[in-house]
Amino acid sequence: MATLTSNAAPHEVIAPSRMTPADTLRAAGIGLRTRRLRSVLSALGIMIGIGAMVAVLGLSESSKSDLLAQLDRLGTNMLQVQAGSGIGLGPGTLPDDAPAMVARIGPVDEVSAVSDVSDARVYKNDLVPSGQSGGLSVLATDDNLLATLQGSMTAGVFLDLASPDYPVVVLGSVAAERLGVRDLDQPTRVWIGGEWFTVVGIMSSLELSPDLDRAALVTPTAAAMYLGTDDLVPSTIYVRTDPASVDDVRGVMAATVNPENPDQVEVTRPSDALEARDAAESALTNLFLGLGAVALLVGGVGIANVMVISVLERRGEIGLRRALGATRRHISVQFLGESLLLAGIGGVGGVLLGAAVTAGYASLQGWGVLIPTVAIVGGLAAALLIGAIAGLYPAMRAARVSPTEALRTL
Amino acid sequence: MTVTDRHAPSRAAMALSGVTKAYEGTPPVRALRGVDLEVDDGELVSIVGPSGSGKSTLLHIMGTLDRATGGVVRVAGYDVAALGDADLSAIRSQHIGFVFQQFFLLAGETALDNVADGLLYTGMRLAVRRDLARDALDKVGLAARADHMATKLSGGERQRVAIARALIGNPRIVLADEPTGNLDSASGASIVRLLEALNEEGTTIVVITHDRLIADQFPRQVAILDGQIEKDSLWQR
Repeated sequence: MATLTSNAAPHEVIAPSRMTPADTLRAAGIGLRTRRLRSVLSALGIMIGIGAMVAVLGLSESSKSDLLAQLDRLGTNMLQVQAGSGIGLGPGTLPDDAPAMVARIGPVDEVSAVSDVSDARVYKNDLVPSGQSGGLSVLATDDNLLATLQGSMTAGVFLDLASPDYPVVVLGSVAAERLGVRDLDQPTRVWIGGEWFTVVGIMSSLELSPDLDRAALVTPTAAAMYLGTDDLVPSTIYVRTDPASVDDVRGVMAATVNPENPDQVEVTRPSDALEARDAAESALTNLFLGLGAVALLVGGVGIANVMVISVLERRGEIGLRRALGATRRHISVQFLGESLLLAGIGGVGGVLLGAAVTAGYASLQGWGVLIPTVAIVGGLAAALLIGAIAGLYPAMRAARVSPTEALRTL
Repeated sequence: MTVTDRHAPSRAAMALSGVTKAYEGTPPVRALRGVDLEVDDGELVSIVGPSGSGKSTLLHIMGTLDRATGGVVRVAGYDVAALGDADLSAIRSQHIGFVFQQFFLLAGETALDNVADGLLYTGMRLAVRRDLARDALDKVGLAARADHMATKLSGGERQRVAIARALIGNPRIVLADEPTGNLDSASGASIVRLLEALNEEGTTIVVITHDRLIADQFPRQVAILDGQIEKDSLWQR
């Protein structure tokens, strides 16, 4: 505080210079108002950085929530059993009684097997050259397959073993498309192994077993009667277990299916593939987050640069403010505030941009839009932190400007 | 204006005794070499000298923007040598008004807000400052221009806004540094008349100029040369 002198004026002490918070904010905003284009451009750098980070987090979260919903819907409790194929094993087969054995495992809820009808091919009609089978397979299966896969029908019904003797077929979604079967409003037949089969149903796409999307499914009886396949052996067994015991069931599966050669049995969990996809995506997410952080840093350098130039250009204003009674602290707070405002505007813009990108892309993908709070709060906090760091040095420089030097400029 | 007792400290808005200022260098520049000057409340003083005479340095020291190397400087009764930087800022915000050759108006603000900025660092709310600013603009004859942007005003008008800004807080002393330096002669003459009128109403004003014709119009003239007071019209009385 002031020291009173012997012939002091009637003041006891000097009231310190001070500024209302509203005036502090106004002073911080004056540079933005008078240099709009420059301010917008320097805020843009921060906006892009924050926008990228928010969008990456938002998209990864939206995609993850979509994946979780998908896993929830499909279930992670399905196992797929195939004969192992390895050197010297040839095309593997599973024992005939394997499905029955698997059904006896306690926590197994549903079992279904499919068998290759190896010689048969499916065609739209009898005029199609035999080479153009379209990569579609013909499989024989039981009536439990749809329940085991928790699949659904887009048209018609699934195979009904109550009348196994008829030449009927159910098409997977891809198979139906390739054979030109869109609906079953008209009686539709396809040509399989030299016989006409009536299409009774089309399955929806099966996300966990895409192989079946490209298959034409017939009953074992029909396969034997019309396609001359007597020795059907299971090629793939689908198992739906109690969700809590998936790992236990998986552990005993190989030995149950083929007690003699358990090492020739391959047990997979199709939902693992989805989870692996998610892991790959999160690695990509981290990469993009890193890129966003780099953009943010560059934006911060841009703001620091603009602020340093601003301090040099506005020496006259600094001198005036000191003459009007501003302390060094008032000057530094003003310039720091300007930097924070720039970065804050960029941060808000970035969050909005990131949210818009997330919303746009997610709705394009049919995902639910999910922008994590941590991305919004973190994005704004990161912008302000960058603004504070970028503004610190220019603010200190501004405060150190000598008022007499500053007033001599221009 | 009357000055009868130069030893009555309470009447001195500003008192300098034996003030020196040297800038480091080889050889050191002695900008002021022992200046004694007292400005009483209600005076209108011109300080005139050629460029390099030390008059700008003197104004900066009187305005507490710079510190003297030696001697005693009292502003509004305070011995400034004993005060820290923040206290000097406080003295400027409450007791000193500045008018500059280059006006130094803020481009993004209206004339009214530029005047209101005169009290920016007193902690007074903007609404109150704007009310006072209207009165100050009225005093300098620019009430009609209150809402114009500062950049849209003529040179003479800008200087009037700057003078209103210096007056708004009723400072103990107004220091004007070449206030007519950037103006044509007609505008300059009207600024001189304005300063005289404001002095009539009681404002203490010190005008620094290199222009003898302008200096001669004021009641008291102090001539400065080579960092020393060469002549003070007060001495002749």
